[in-house]
Amino acid sequence: MEPDQLSLTFAALADPTRRAILARLASGEATVKELSEPFDMSGPAVSKHLRVLERAGLIARGRDAQWRPCRLEAAPLKEVAEWASDFRQFWDESHKRLDFYLAQLNAKERRKNARHK
Amino acid sequence: MPATNKHATTFTTPSDTDVVVTRVFDAPRKLVFEAHTSCKHMPNWMGPYGWTMSECRNDLRPGGEIRYTWSKPGGNGITITGVNKEVVPPSRVVSTESWGDPWPVATNILELTEVDGQTTVVMTIRYPSKEARDAALQTGMKDGMTVGYERLDEYLGTLS
Repeated sequence: MEPDQLSLTFAALADPTRRAILARLASGEATVKELSEPFDMSGPAVSKHLRVLERAGLIARGRDAQWRPCRLEAAPLKEVAEWASDFRQFWDESHKRLDFYLAQLNAKERRKNARHK
Repeated sequence: MPATNKHATTFTTPSDTDVVVTRVFDAPRKLVFEAHTSCKHMPNWMGPYGWTMSECRNDLRPGGEIRYTWSKPGGNGITITGVNKEVVPPSRVVSTESWGDPWPVATNILELTEVDGQTTVVMTIRYPSKEARDAALQTGMKDGMTVGYERLDEYLGTLS
């Protein structure tokens, strides 16, 4: 993904309403009307969020002129989820390596000290 | 062979802007501090298994530059740049950290304490706002998106 695209994805995900819309769409497509009900928002307000999500590539909208149902586009979300788990993995694994490395350094120190005694 | 699963790395988000990574090591603080700050040591451990730290620069004084690059199998390299702000060996370093666009620039606070020969490392990564922190770590995803992700996994399964 281009960095610009990733920026758009993050900006779109920063809003809790948009995350809730995505969570709703994860269980199947929905129209603007269906989306505005649970969020207690007007159609135009929901449409504004949907435009941000669409620009970020997180949703796609049907061609049916009247209903234009929205559906989740999974690829950008997967990219973001992978990064979040990368952060944990980075430190988890680095710290395990550091355990071994410190043990080696400690052993070396002890040998050096033993020689100097 | 040393015990490796004795200590676990924990990740917490104690405030709106912070991510805190905490870990205990069976080594004196001086050694753990050197391991975290000296390029003599960092390439030997920093980075997940399979990654290679191909570039390491850390000018350990206020205003000194930081530049780390990793290459990983089958992927693009990652470069982190930053500047040291506060250097108090062997207990504390404050520096900036940038993963490049589009990631927000964060402040890194590394703190080490020693009790009975064990050193606790607390690394606080402080973002300029909650939005930046959540965007970087996606902790905000936890509330709304947990169910979504389970379904997303299923959905991704149907695509392949």
